[in-house]
Amino acid sequence: MTADRKLRLLVGKVGLDGHDRGAKIIARAFRDAGFEVIYTGLHQTPEMVVATAIQEDVDAVSLSILSGAHNYLFPRVIELLRERGAPDIAVFGGGIIPEEDVPGLKAAGVLEIFTPGTSTEDVIAWVRAHVAPRALG
Amino acid sequence: MSANGKPPAGRKPTRQAWERETLAESLRKSPERDVAFTTVSDLPIERLYTSDDLAGGWSEGEKLGYPGEFPYTRGIHPTMYRGRLWTMRQFAGFGSAADTNARFRYLLEHGQTGLSTAFDLPTLMGRDSDDALARGEVGKEGVAVDTLEDMEILFSGIPLDRVSTSMTINAPAAVVFCMYLAVAERQGVPFAKLSGTLQNDILKEYIAQKEWIYPPRPSMRIITDLMAFCAREVPLWNTISISGYHIREAGSTAVQELAFTLADGIAYVEAGRAAGLDVDAFAPRLSYFFNSHNDFFEEIAKLRAARRIWAHVMRDRFGAKSPRSWMMRFHTQTAGCSLTAQQPLNNVARVTIQAMAAVLGGTQSLHTDSFDEALALPTEQAVTVALRTQQVIAEESGVTNTVDPLGGSYFVEALTDKIERDALAYIARIDEMGGMIAAIERGFPQKEIADASYHYQRQVDRGEKSIVGVNKHAVENGRRLDILKIDDEVERAQLLRLAAVRTRRDGAKLARDLARLRRAAESGENLIPPMLDCVRDYGSVQEISQALVPVFGTYREVSVL
Repeated sequence: MTADRKLRLLVGKVGLDGHDRGAKIIARAFRDAGFEVIYTGLHQTPEMVVATAIQEDVDAVSLSILSGAHNYLFPRVIELLRERGAPDIAVFGGGIIPEEDVPGLKAAGVLEIFTPGTSTEDVIAWVRAHVAPRALG
Repeated sequence: MSANGKPPAGRKPTRQAWERETLAESLRKSPERDVAFTTVSDLPIERLYTSDDLAGGWSEGEKLGYPGEFPYTRGIHPTMYRGRLWTMRQFAGFGSAADTNARFRYLLEHGQTGLSTAFDLPTLMGRDSDDALARGEVGKEGVAVDTLEDMEILFSGIPLDRVSTSMTINAPAAVVFCMYLAVAERQGVPFAKLSGTLQNDILKEYIAQKEWIYPPRPSMRIITDLMAFCAREVPLWNTISISGYHIREAGSTAVQELAFTLADGIAYVEAGRAAGLDVDAFAPRLSYFFNSHNDFFEEIAKLRAARRIWAHVMRDRFGAKSPRSWMMRFHTQTAGCSLTAQQPLNNVARVTIQAMAAVLGGTQSLHTDSFDEALALPTEQAVTVALRTQQVIAEESGVTNTVDPLGGSYFVEALTDKIERDALAYIARIDEMGGMIAAIERGFPQKEIADASYHYQRQVDRGEKSIVGVNKHAVENGRRLDILKIDDEVERAQLLRLAAVRTRRDGAKLARDLARLRRAAESGENLIPPMLDCVRDYGSVQEISQALVPVFGTYREVSVL
């Protein structure tokens, strides 16, 4: 696999949160930016998201969470990726996430958190700078 | 044209002459700003509206009528806010039932006149707090309700015959409504004295909010059972609040919000009639719920058009005889999706404009969002400012002094007509597909909304639509604010309380109730009486909802990007 292949990104909605406006916008923006996008659809458990991420060989998982459950769901997804032997899949995300929760999420291994008002172009630029194609074995 | 701006002596002021002389000269000297003059939903807006824009058969009698008369464009009451102000109804719910009960009492003490309950996500999805999918979400976005015990605490000390209560719940709406009835029984309040609103609008869940249990068709059966039960037993209750709010929040345009919501309303009326109900027996208890977004005149026009379309639909399409069936009553909430996390105090200004539009659009009740809601659930201070905003509009601004102050404005009437035409065109397309359920099954409204929301986001990203504090006038560190945090202790305490209820109740009796409910689902008997028995015996939201799954099945969305 060459390093200049297209990035494969999973866009996920975890938990019971049905607010999928942001997830769908970002999935479309990623697709229009030339990335390969897998959108999980709604109401996924962390286990389901991680299983999809591994099965689809994605380079990064981006989660959209507007339910207030981010402090549980992000660390849980990272923990499961590690358990399943895929700690190199980057995890980032966005949603209604208070600023003061961001340092804790980053300490848990979340690469970046995008809060409301971020432009899709900024997120895409960040992805290009920080997510690299994984070396697949 | 003379230099002092007066038409030359002897010239009759006409639009053509104005354009040729006054306007052309002005544009030569200083052109208009280089922006697109469009609404937030991208409807083009002209430089000037005159009586010419209302020509072509526009008749005041037909289009406007008088307040309290068909087609209700100017309002459903002859005196509107001179008679009675709108109900100030702030949506509240967080943490445990006791926390929310305290917020309710606080709001009632501060002059609020109706209650509005927000449930947490597990409750909205018909899941108990101890379900695996509920982890981390208990009490976060609303109050956690598992069994009747939680509802008893939620309404403790609040006499249900003296408040009107709105409950924002859909997929398990019937279960939660039965819990409310059971609380009333325990307070000794007859069902006939209960007033309030159940959101109970499952169609917009498939379209926008995405909290469902069963597929659309069996869900409609539960709704018609509830309509039939309430027509008999709880006559003052609004059985469905047909909601455009969430459709708009999901990113629709104003026209889509209006069209899809009315198409949902049409589907409920058709379902009620197919279930053998007389349209005038249930239609007066249908109410609507709209969003009020940033574009002031677009929102006012949308609300006025909504009343006019519904009056015609009910009278002409469904042959309703009672004016109560023709009148569209609605609640309005300011647009949560318009609030910014950046410079959050700016949201007070947005909410004021949006609330003013709702009032000038003739709303019956109003929720004003709190300025901190792009960051978290609102603090008490933020909720108070939001309520005070309504009070300032009601008691200081003067807009309540006359009925429909904007009626007859060339611009507002032209925009009302335009939005009406565009919404009717959408409704015609949905009719051609076989109605809203069929349209949902093929993903039509979902796709239209996703397209509109992406289009808007692109416009914001390119700076074609302004958001003050975000893509215009932004500053660093603009989001410092004390916010409400929901303690994770809430989840732990709720799990203990639920476990205690499960131990204490009569499990064998509940099992018989649940079996009877399932048989009713199979036989077609009205589901509400057996459901009420399940609730009285402390069956949980999830147990009761799941009892119907073997008969009704579950829904899975085919995701459209």
